[in-house]
Parts: sequence; structure tokens; C-alpha cells
Amino acid sequence: MNSLVLNNITKTFDKGSVLAVDNVSFSVKEGELFGLIGPDGAGKTTIFRILSTLMLPDKGNASVLGYDVVKDYKKIRNLVGYMPGRFSLYQDLSVKENLQFFATLFGKSIEKNYDIIKDIYEQIKPFSNRRAGKLSGGMKQKLALSCALIHKPKILFLDEPTTGVDVVSRFEFWEILKKLKSQGITILVSTAYMDEAMKCERIALIQKGKMLGLDTPQKIIESYPMKLYGAKADDIYSLLKDLRNYDQVESCYPFGEWLHVTIKNPNADGLEVLKTFPNSSTHQNLEVKIIEPGIEDNFIRLMNTSDNSRDNN
Amino acid sequence: MKKLRFLLEKEFKQIFRDKSIVAMIFVLPIMQLGILPIAMDFEVKQVNIVIIDNDHSPLSSKLINKIGASGYFKLLAYEPSFRQGLEYLKSSEADIVLEIPNSFEKNLIKENAAKVNLTVDAINGTKSSMGSSYLTSVIADFNNNIQIFQNKNIVQPVIINIENSTWFNPYANYSWFIVPGILAFLLTIFAGSISATNIVREKEMGTIEQINVSPIKKWQFLLGKLIPFWVMGMIILTIGLLVGIIFYKIRPIGSIPMMYALSGIYLIALLGFGLFIATISNNQLQAMFISFFFIMIFALMSGLFTSIESMPEWARIISHSLPITYFIKALRMIILKGSSFADIQYIFVILIGYAIGLNGLAILNYRKTT
Repeated sequence: MNSLVLNNITKTFDKGSVLAVDNVSFSVKEGELFGLIGPDGAGKTTIFRILSTLMLPDKGNASVLGYDVVKDYKKIRNLVGYMPGRFSLYQDLSVKENLQFFATLFGKSIEKNYDIIKDIYEQIKPFSNRRAGKLSGGMKQKLALSCALIHKPKILFLDEPTTGVDVVSRFEFWEILKKLKSQGITILVSTAYMDEAMKCERIALIQKGKMLGLDTPQKIIESYPMKLYGAKADDIYSLLKDLRNYDQVESCYPFGEWLHVTIKNPNADGLEVLKTFPNSSTHQNLEVKIIEPGIEDNFIRLMNTSDNSRDNN
Repeated sequence: MKKLRFLLEKEFKQIFRDKSIVAMIFVLPIMQLGILPIAMDFEVKQVNIVIIDNDHSPLSSKLINKIGASGYFKLLAYEPSFRQGLEYLKSSEADIVLEIPNSFEKNLIKENAAKVNLTVDAINGTKSSMGSSYLTSVIADFNNNIQIFQNKNIVQPVIINIENSTWFNPYANYSWFIVPGILAFLLTIFAGSISATNIVREKEMGTIEQINVSPIKKWQFLLGKLIPFWVMGMIILTIGLLVGIIFYKIRPIGSIPMMYALSGIYLIALLGFGLFIATISNNQLQAMFISFFFIMIFALMSGLFTSIESMPEWARIISHSLPITYFIKALRMIILKGSSFADIQYIFVILIGYAIGLNGLAILNYRKTT
């Protein structure tokens, strides 16, 4: 059974001049941890705002737990926990008061629903009388999550929950999400960090409002259609320029200390091609190797092909 | 109901944690009402005058003495020539230059008429016109005495004697006029800007989204905002009335419950106005500027300082379309005149209309934007 269904959702801003979400369709199964992956400005937040009934789509329809986001918005609001990207709790109320406030908004009490937030809230409990504005970034995140969970939602929308949070807190946060998932809560989470994509059960890649691909992270990686090579040398910038000018090379982009390269001819031995390209002798300590593609490589590839097809049209 | 109670609790907590707002509630009425009306006085008390006496006669020095004794003028200098006297006017030290001509006494006695030259600095319109009219009346009075002094047979040409009696403000005290007006204005500033900025702040912080995704109803949210500000407005009104009694001895003559009822309705209207501003602005700066734009119009067009009847026709129309105009009028009537409900019934009706209209507009617009 699907907790969340989107059909051809389109949303524009400024009287249609800015296309934020372009004909997006996907569905999320009950109890699934689903990731929306894309850079800033891809349209992730707009999708969240439509699903949490804050915004009306221009075209298409969507349903949350079987309720239509336009017609049954009142029912959805009782069942959904939404945590916006920006920390938006009352900075001048204490941790406890914030939690109490959001519990009361939904007509619930902290005591009754304490079990669901226990693991998270225990960590910030020592600061329960501190003003929310004076918490650290990671603690604010935990408080915001507690507030989004206190009414026991069936589905949780998390818009870039880990942006601006340190590595340790990010790791902890994903551990918490796994636990929540095991309690049967459906989670839709967005992130711009590719490493976090691996922690989702299924992901949708989004760029400029368009969906580029949707599958499990593993399948998306496996779907990479060609061999990927890595190359590096002392002067990495001139190597990048040389390889991009070489007609055998299909694509080449920097990735950490390596350049990721694909070759046009699928039958050629890429390692040999890269070692013997015309200017190769001018590069000191040239190294080449075969590389396992990651989500990011797929993303860049899908992004380029969608850009090309758009240009060709 | 439990939700509303909790919203109120949260709002009061936030208000009392914000030290600057608490200070405003108490300092605003005490400072503004306690100090400003004393400074704001159209009565001109000290007119600086320079005198050029070309006559040097007993009569001219008598006139000068009389001017000095009137209490309104400060004799700045005696100068030998008009040109030197004019220098004081140019440097803004003096407000009036009085020149007594050469044969002042001679002409007065011989021809029963003499001329003096009055030169007035008209940059400060009020001071110059009040000053010159004081001086004219001093000279006129002097004229009368001259005739008595000369022991001539006086034939009084005018037999109608006008006696003034000032009602409702027996000493024609300016502060009596202005204090109820400023009190009305304070409530306007407070209610018009605080509801606007407070709700826009929730927009800015993003907390309004959290509330919008919750099942809470719009009227619950709005009431949760308006009630605390309404209560604070009533506190300001009370403090303001106490300041009036303690500082200026202005004891309201009319019915106090009626005054509170009227103010309560007015506050609802103005809070609705602030709410409307909040729905059309995206940040606190915008909200502040828009509310200041209107508050400025309120201050100048409401008859707070000036009389509406002497405004040009178009300005009178604007004035009569502002709720504050009616509120100031009613407040003055109740406090100073002790007007009854029948006298200000129509103002109640108008203000209730504004309260419904402005809040309705705000709620309609609030729905549209979210």
C-alpha cells in the first residue's frame, strides 16, 4: 500500500515564469524511508510544501495516506509531521515549552506520546529549561524533530534535516530515522548530501524541478551504463583540460583528488587509452584506475543527458 | 477552547519575556503623556522684542514700561536705529522689532493719533502672530489709558462688552485638550503596529508554517494573537488615564465603563488594521513602514493637534474616514465634557463598523495568502 502518491505535479512561481516542479510523479510505500536527492533549487522544498498542504499545485494531484492534498487537507494535517529546512520553533520559549506548545496544537499531551520521542528527547532533556534559541545546531534539530513527532504522525516530511549540522550529529540523526522507520512511520526526507542517499531505501533524483531517476540507491548505481575510470597527475587542472579536449573521452569531471572519466568507445581498454593520450608524456606521475561509480556519478550523468536532450529540443 | 487557552498562555509568555515590549507598555504612556503635553503648548510665553525709541518722551517710555510689565515679552535690547534693530531679527534672536517714531508723543496729544512700526519675524507662524496680537492688544490698552490720563471726555463708541467664559476647560488649559488626544494616539500606535509586526515575525521565523500545518483553526490562531494585545492596550489606557489624573488633574467627568467599552471597540478595529498590514507584508521592516505611513496620516489628519473644521474640504473627507478621528473626539467628549451615551451613540456605531470591516478584510486576505 502506498502512503504517498504524486501524479504529474507541476508548480510555477511568479505567474508561470519560474518552473519549480515540472510534471513530477512518484509514490512512497507504507513504512518506507524515501529520499529526495537534488542540489539547492531543485524543487524539493516546493514538493514538501505541496504535500504538507501549505501550497496548491498548479497541475496534477497528490494524496497523502489516501487523502487528497487539496480536498482533504484538514485530515492530512492531523496525520503528518513536517519539519521545515529552516529551524522554525519559538526561540524565546524553552525546549519544554516548545514541545508542549506543538503537542497542544494537535490536541495531544507529551506524557501520552512520550514513548515515540523518548530516544531523541532524552538527549536534550538536560536542557529542557533552556530557550530554544540558545541551543546548538544539532540540539535544535533534535528538538525540531521531537516537535514534529509529538503528535504521533503516520508520515514524516523532513526537508533537508541535516543541512548545517556537524558530521557526528548527521550520523546520529540518520540512526534516529532508522529507528523511527522500524516503528512503522513512513519518512520522506530530502538532502543535498549524496552520502546520505545511500541510507534511504529508495531515492528520487531531482534537478531543476524534473525527476531524473527513481530506484533503490544500489540499482541506481548499477544502472551506470559504462565503465568509469579515475585519473590523476601532479597538475590536475591541465590534465582535466587535456582530457576534455581529447576526442576519445566522453566526459571528464573532478571528483575529490581524482578525475572521473568515461570513454566513448565501449570496447576499448580505457586504462590504455588514458595512459597513452597525445599529451600524456607531459604529465608527471600520471595514474589511472577503474572506479566503482557512486550515486553522484549517476546524478551528474543523468543531469548532463537531461540538459542535452533539453538543448536538442 | 483548551487550544486557545494554550495559545494565549504562549503569547503572554513571549510578551513578558521580551523586556522591550514590557518596558513599552509602562514607559510609553508615562513618558509620552507625562512629558510631551507640557512641552507641546501653543501658548506663547516669551516673545523676544527689540525696541527703538526715537521719541524719548514720557509717553513713549510709559508704553515701553507697559510692554515690559505685560509678562509676555522679554526686552532684548534698546537700539538707536531701526537698521541696528533689524539685525536682531535677521539673526533670529528677536521675534519682534518695535519702532516708536520721532514725534510719537506730540502727534498723540495734538492729533489724537500716532503710528508705531511693528516688524515681525514670521518664520515661526504661531509665535509671530500670537506675539504681534499680544503687542497690538497691549498698545490698544495703552491707548485707552492715554485718554483717561488726558482727562478728556470719553465717548465710548462701543457699548457691547464681550465677556468670555470657557466651558469644559475653565482655564483654557492646552494640556486638557491634548492629553486625551495623545492617549488616543498612543493606543493607535500600539495597536496598529504591534499586531502587524508580531504576526509578520512569525512569518519571518517560519513558525507560522508550523502552525499552518497543524489542525489549529485560523480564528483560534488570530484570537490567540489579538486577545493579548487587546489586554495590553487596555493596560496602556488605564496607565494613561492615571497619568492624566496625577500629572494634569484631568479627572474624567463622563462614564468610565463607557469609555472602556469605546476604547475596547477601537482597539479591536486597530488590531484588525494591524492584522491586515501583516497579511500584505513579508517582513517586519515592510510592516513597520506601512503602519508608520498610516500612523503619520492619523496623527496629522485626525484633529489631534488642529481643528478639523478649518481643514480644506478634501482633507475633511479624509479626516472623517479615519477611525482615530472619531475616537479622539469621543474620548475628549467623555473625559472633558462628560458626554452621555446618547451624545456619542453614533461614534459607537461607526467604530463597531470599522472593527468588523477591518478585521473582516484582514481575515479574507489572510485566507487568500496561505
